[in-house]
Amino acid sequence: MTLFLSYLINGISLGSIYAIIALGYTMVYGIARMLNFAHGDVIMVGAYICFCATQYLGLPAVVGVLVAMVACTALGVTIERLAYRPLRQAASLAVLITAIGMSYLLQNLALLIWGPNPKSFASVVSIGSISLFDGALLISGETIVTVLANIVIMVALTQFTGRTKMGKAMRAVSEDRGAAELMGINVNHTIALTFAIGSALAAIAGALLCSSYPTLQPTTGSMPGIKAFTAAVFGGIGSIPGAMIGGVLLGVIEILGRAYVSTELGDAFVFAVLIVVLLVKPTGLLGKKVSEKV
Amino acid sequence: MKKTFVAMLLAVVMALTMVSGALAEETAAIKVGLIGPMTGDAASYGVSVAQGAELAVGEVNALGGVQLELNVQDDEHDPEMSVNAYNTLWDWGAQMIIGTVTTSPCIAVAAEAYNDRMFMLTPSASSTDVIADKDNVYQICFTDPAQGSASAQYIAEHGLATKVAVIYNNADAYSTGIYQTFEAEAAELGLEVVAVATFTNETTDFSVQLTQAREAGAELVFLPIYYTPASMILQQAANMEFKPIFFGVDGMDGILNIEGFDTSLAEGVMLLTPFSADATDELTVNFVTNYEAAYGATPDQFAADAYDAVYTIYAAVNAAGITADTPTEECCDLLIEAMQGLEIKGVTGTMTWDATGAVTKTPTAVRIENGVYVGFDVSAAAEAPAEEAAAE
Repeated sequence: MTLFLSYLINGISLGSIYAIIALGYTMVYGIARMLNFAHGDVIMVGAYICFCATQYLGLPAVVGVLVAMVACTALGVTIERLAYRPLRQAASLAVLITAIGMSYLLQNLALLIWGPNPKSFASVVSIGSISLFDGALLISGETIVTVLANIVIMVALTQFTGRTKMGKAMRAVSEDRGAAELMGINVNHTIALTFAIGSALAAIAGALLCSSYPTLQPTTGSMPGIKAFTAAVFGGIGSIPGAMIGGVLLGVIEILGRAYVSTELGDAFVFAVLIVVLLVKPTGLLGKKVSEKV
Repeated sequence: MKKTFVAMLLAVVMALTMVSGALAEETAAIKVGLIGPMTGDAASYGVSVAQGAELAVGEVNALGGVQLELNVQDDEHDPEMSVNAYNTLWDWGAQMIIGTVTTSPCIAVAAEAYNDRMFMLTPSASSTDVIADKDNVYQICFTDPAQGSASAQYIAEHGLATKVAVIYNNADAYSTGIYQTFEAEAAELGLEVVAVATFTNETTDFSVQLTQAREAGAELVFLPIYYTPASMILQQAANMEFKPIFFGVDGMDGILNIEGFDTSLAEGVMLLTPFSADATDELTVNFVTNYEAAYGATPDQFAADAYDAVYTIYAAVNAAGITADTPTEECCDLLIEAMQGLEIKGVTGTMTWDATGAVTKTPTAVRIENGVYVGFDVSAAAEAPAEEAAAE
């Protein structure tokens, strides 16, 4: 039983990281109606900046994460301004290809700047682990922080989009861009803000991802990025609670699949689940109710 | 050691001078290609190999005899890229290849080289598949079977553990090759393999594999894998407070050089390697001193393998009387013949080769203490498997 629980906790920990990344995908999709495939690579950049701030400048871990958030926000807004805004009226396929190109650009820039050798990321989490059942079950500090961060971020985002003026503007843009513009909402600003929030979340996700799985290299963001995209679709893309539920479920399925079926097929399970869900419920778990909203 | 080596080289050089004196002085250098991962996941190996080889080429050329020209090509530890690199070198006019560094690309390139009749000497691709049925491919490193069985023997002989778990990469020929011979040898020696967990190239979460090993009561976890996943396994094991003995093979070499890696995680990790930078023989001391002066880092086993590879090529070229004008196909046959008679005293031990291309030499085990390797002597444990591998 404790064995199952320990797998479950590992799954929730992994899933919470997917969830934070998926929030970034889902926000951007919900509002800008585009799949930002460069999101996974923004995570990687965030992790590198956090690594540099703590390792080379000797800043404390929390400050390192903040620096990474600021840098990623700037990066996200810049990417949106330079690569996506000029294509606002273009076909969605053109935007998609641009996003994939941006993903490769970021990976190769990272390769140039930080080199190909993997770096070992020191955990940003300083709290110790909790031991239950006389040490049979161990919950690491990284897991606790990741799950808490996930919950805080989701609540904050729901409140933000539900209650604030900017949040309302976002929802308006997601429902009908043209009408929102007629109502005096600055669509470009709103979309830029969405990218800023999504990229800041990516920095947090990068720091937490590399705290749990410490190898940092230019491709670090791509696989988690794809899985988080799967999580976002699984939960219903565009839906904030959907991204969270999708992410956590996906993490649990992956770990349990590895534990009880095959350690090599963990990834296959993730994508098999996606296929089944899309066949049964094409809009994703929570997609139907809120797919048009943020 | 050094003296014998130099004496031997001098004898060869003198012999060659007499020959080349008759043929008029050669000024052109012999073209040697080198293929390895200079970027990517396995870049640490490739860069070490390139540096070790460059150092040796510099030393060899300074002797004033046969001149070597080295051309280094990157393969990113990717079989397709590696074949591309090989074709680039073929077009450049390479007469022989040192490489490739990692196993999977090496298997791909060796097949091409066999068809083209290009002589290959790999410093570090250790699978038997690299040399199998190919008379033109030789190894400096000892083979995977030798590593797997030597590891099992070392663990059994030193009573390190009776319950052993293995975590290996099922998508990698190197890793599976070592695992198979380890398992076979472990069964013979009465080691109980209580858990076998696999992973693939994309894996970053090892919690399941480590939990399985812990639940099975493993006292020792054998890691026949490369250093990047190994660093994650050590970190995650520390997070879950699982503290068995971790035992690696030559792929573990390089773990201490990962930037930002907390070396205390690797404390007590043991690995089998033919080269130890803290050895005190003159050859090793010279190599380590010169390498540190040139590159500002302590050479690892890959650099040592490459260093020996260049000296082996140099000795074989001299023995075969190859010049810059010898066509590649002819070089291949001459070098194959020359390799059989060579005995090289290198920094990774004294090496001889049989017709399969496998090397015979003695591995040693090291333990990581306070962030550095501390040597062990396991010559007795490792002698036998090395011979077995050679006989295969």
